[in-house]
Amino acid sequence: MTAGGQENQPPAIAAGAGPRGLPQVLRGGWGRMPQPSAKDIPFIALLLGLSVLFIYPFLWLISASFKPRGQTFDNALIPHDWHWNYTGPKHPSPDPQYLFNVGPVGDWMWNSIWISLLGGILVTFSSAMVAFAFAYFRFPLRNLLFAILLGTLMLPPQVTMIPVYLLWNHIGKFTIEHSWLPHIGTGTQYPLWVPNLFGSAFYIFLQRQFFMGIPRDYFEAARMDGDSYWTMFWRIAVPLAKPALIVTFIFEVQAKWFDLLNPLIYLRDEVTFTAPLGLKTLVDRFNATGGGVGDFQVIMAGTVLIVLPMLLLFALFQKYFIQGISTQGRKG
Amino acid sequence: MASVQAVKTAPGPPGARRWLSGFRERETWVAYAFLFPWIFGFLVLTLGPMLFSLYYSFTDYGIQQIAGVEQTHTVGLENYRQLLDDPKIALTLKNTFIYTVMMVPGTIVVALGLALLLKRAGRFAGFFRTIFYLPQITPPVAVGVLVLYLFNGQIGIVNKGLSLIGIQGPYWTADPSWIKPTLAIMDVWACGGTMVILLAALYGVPQHLYEAAAMDGASAWRRFKDVTLPMISPALFFCFIILTIAALNSFAQAYTAFFGTGSAGAGQGNEAALFYAIYLFQQAFRYFDMGFASAMAWLLFAITMVVTLVNVLVSRRFVFYQGSAR
Repeated sequence: MTAGGQENQPPAIAAGAGPRGLPQVLRGGWGRMPQPSAKDIPFIALLLGLSVLFIYPFLWLISASFKPRGQTFDNALIPHDWHWNYTGPKHPSPDPQYLFNVGPVGDWMWNSIWISLLGGILVTFSSAMVAFAFAYFRFPLRNLLFAILLGTLMLPPQVTMIPVYLLWNHIGKFTIEHSWLPHIGTGTQYPLWVPNLFGSAFYIFLQRQFFMGIPRDYFEAARMDGDSYWTMFWRIAVPLAKPALIVTFIFEVQAKWFDLLNPLIYLRDEVTFTAPLGLKTLVDRFNATGGGVGDFQVIMAGTVLIVLPMLLLFALFQKYFIQGISTQGRKG
Repeated sequence: MASVQAVKTAPGPPGARRWLSGFRERETWVAYAFLFPWIFGFLVLTLGPMLFSLYYSFTDYGIQQIAGVEQTHTVGLENYRQLLDDPKIALTLKNTFIYTVMMVPGTIVVALGLALLLKRAGRFAGFFRTIFYLPQITPPVAVGVLVLYLFNGQIGIVNKGLSLIGIQGPYWTADPSWIKPTLAIMDVWACGGTMVILLAALYGVPQHLYEAAAMDGASAWRRFKDVTLPMISPALFFCFIILTIAALNSFAQAYTAFFGTGSAGAGQGNEAALFYAIYLFQQAFRYFDMGFASAMAWLLFAITMVVTLVNVLVSRRFVFYQGSAR
């Protein structure tokens, strides 16, 4: 088997890691939508009732974002008066504000987008390298190192948070003293994604399970052909583990998109903010307790903006979200 | 953890000789090259910071030391004594505990209920699973915003809805005794991940067990209690640990809704939502009391360890692992 020859990959590999053997509901997608039979009706009714509870906050939110100031909380599902709160002419403060005028909202969204995508890609491949090493190679100290890796899963992030911040602070001072270096450190966005270069214990654990499902014969055959270890990793292991890599990627994109704590710690300049920190800023400024005049429609529009990309990601990768979560529980 | 034992050791000469000869093999060095990102990251971003954090917890490291205008002094156990003296520590621990005991069982019960419904819904399960999962992909900051406005005592739709069925709802976000239940309710709303894990576990229960139970005349409740629950207990236990750790670290929702710069309500009402992780963040990055905050972090670490250990010990009695001697 040559390095590039994965045309005939057996389905057994995917099955070994789980997804193929799952019922439709855990594989993602909606499946066929048949006519309900009489027996189903009470269940469907109950589920529909519950669905309202789960979906109504989203409908309420989207609706509120399209209401003019003063009507934001009238709780009407269809706005009485429609109002576009996202973009518009700049007004002085007492007049109703538009979302994109109250702060560098476009920057916030873009920052979150590129940090999420970059962080996702970096952690996927750095974790894959490490996971491959744990799955394929036999080397001294392997069990000890793997035990340490699992141990770090138990460590609350708060324990390392402060020294890591101080480390970035030192790096920042150093790069300022040596002005030929780019400014890296606290106050920049580097601390948000650079750690992703070094893999992440949870993803390494997840991917290792997957790599171990690949038959060793594949790699032995590649070695016979004189392929390097890197080729074995890049041309055989990575393509065959694609589902696990996609799961890692979307989980990390989600984690970065959700993260409020790290941006709060590291970012100072409004232009560098990520979407969660931006929205938090808007809440502080326009909430009733923030001393604002109640431009709640701006907060609503901002919330819609931060929720929508996640809905899009979920719509595109639903299969991997569900599979990733459902295989996770089985490791116990 | 079980998976540690699953790693098979390589065949070859035993003990130290094999260990040493391993480093003569080319494969070993290639393996370590692949491991390098993680090993470097572990040393620089985990192990090193852990040691420094431990050191700082015995010092007065703070804003003067960061600015470099003052030496760092070791203060012995002063920071740890302050953990006992500071009344806010007891308050935040109490808040976090109350929130945890509401959020974790609530999430598991609702998630299990939904999973059972989905399993019976058969062909329509995929559609409803998607809907129930949606809150899980809502960013915590957005959840914090929803907490503020959906649950507003005067204008919120929750109280509007309750008044329709004749219940006068409380001031969820203003009444200190209702803030934690409100936050817990929003977490239960986002139970989709737990639901999927439990659903996967439900599908893992062999059908023949139910058939055998039905043959013996077991009622639906007995089948649930004596077949379903034991068989999914590993997944329940897994969710329990994960959710507990998440609850102990809970930060973003409560911080968005009840704390912040320029928030006029930085006083009274917020104390009810002052979780341990929020107070730690404030001590470290608002007051820059790094020494005290480090001591707080190690207390959190100790609590996490104790809680997990207790969970594991308790689970020995209740969790049934297939194929194990127990």
